[in-house]
Amino acid sequence: MFLLLFVVAFALTVNSHSYHRNKYITSANFFSGTIYSWKSDVVGYFKLKERNNALAEENRRLRSLLAEARDTVPFIALDSTVFPGPYQYYPAKVINNSYSKTKNYLTLRKRIGDPIEADMGVISSKGIVGIVNKVSNKYASVQSILNTNSKINAKLKNSFHFGTLVWDTQEPNEAKLIDIPRQAPVVVGDTIVTDGKSTIFPRGILIGTIKDFNLSNNQDYYDVTVQLFNDMTNLHHVYIIENVEKEAIQEIEDVEVKAPLQNRPTESIEETNQENDAE
Amino acid sequence: MQNSDLLVNIGRFSIMVVIQILLFNHINFMGYINPYPYILFIVVFPFTGNKSLLIFLGFLLGLSVDIFSDSGGVHAAACVFIAYLRPLLLKFSFGVSYEFNTIKLSKADLGARFTYISAMVLLHHLMLFSMEIFNTSHLVLILKSTLFSSIFTIIVLFCITLLFSRKN
Repeated sequence: MFLLLFVVAFALTVNSHSYHRNKYITSANFFSGTIYSWKSDVVGYFKLKERNNALAEENRRLRSLLAEARDTVPFIALDSTVFPGPYQYYPAKVINNSYSKTKNYLTLRKRIGDPIEADMGVISSKGIVGIVNKVSNKYASVQSILNTNSKINAKLKNSFHFGTLVWDTQEPNEAKLIDIPRQAPVVVGDTIVTDGKSTIFPRGILIGTIKDFNLSNNQDYYDVTVQLFNDMTNLHHVYIIENVEKEAIQEIEDVEVKAPLQNRPTESIEETNQENDAE
Repeated sequence: MQNSDLLVNIGRFSIMVVIQILLFNHINFMGYINPYPYILFIVVFPFTGNKSLLIFLGFLLGLSVDIFSDSGGVHAAACVFIAYLRPLLLKFSFGVSYEFNTIKLSKADLGARFTYISAMVLLHHLMLFSMEIFNTSHLVLILKSTLFSSIFTIIVLFCITLLFSRKN
């Protein structure tokens, strides 16, 4: 009895530690979603003022962007049937948040009917939050960037050098950016944004500023400490990002990966790929 | 088990899970220290009760907390572990009187009660954090979390048992 149940629990644990997907036990189910929803409805009232301020601030920022865009681009009546871009945004509300463990997750209440799927990005008005892990009818569980499984493609804002954003479990408002090449112009205070090379986040979503950096052990890469813009301990309204072109991009990438392996004489393809990467 | 006992245990089970997920999981004292007093259910489960049943209920208890905190089977494993070891710990803390079914947690003397609760909590938390962090390179973090959370949980558990030990 003990062994059986212990093995089951252990298997679930191992399953939860491996990145990817077929997880059975998540908070995106009806029961936990409902209870967290109740709690969020009650607790939410006490934070209404603060949240209104945050939303007003975001409105102000977007309005000033809009004003800038109007100044530079002549305003043309857009054909509303034209699709505005590959990214669609859906609003959601954080009903549960954790940040003190090594693998943190959030639970969101989404609108019923929004086509949310696993592997979509989640951002707030200030910066990135995480990646959708599991979805049910009304709720979604999100793997926070404060999770040792999270690896997010990020770059310096003022150059094209990119690295991987990971979390070292130390502080809930700091993350590590690793694998930034040595020749990159790293300066304390510079902004880090998402790279847009993965299909999850668009390019240029804010992440944080460089707080500190030093060369890693093998002296070829920088380890950068990033101060996050988002206060991960205080999240409320977030947006889930759908990349409409995701499948098309992944199809192409799968072909790229498989093709050179199948017939070897296509080395020239690999070379051109490398050249492209170098650029 | 009598009928009222059954109801009390069902009630304790649900209340401890709800309090754990809504309150104690969000304390984050000094950034990361949370107590896990929901194991009270396993601690005060009738000493004469069925052992296999307790292991099974421990599994369910842990799994409920896991579902709410997105942690896989971490709590379930830790709860099954201490539910399994409980008879041993009981014998260790209360001596032979446990064997004769005469002991009640509310009547036991303070030292024995403290040993029993501390041993349960320490083992549970050690298992919990080893499974949760699951990385030998973070050994210090495991031990640190275990120690601080255990202190917190033991204090909370002691307060709860003192407050609710009216049935003398």
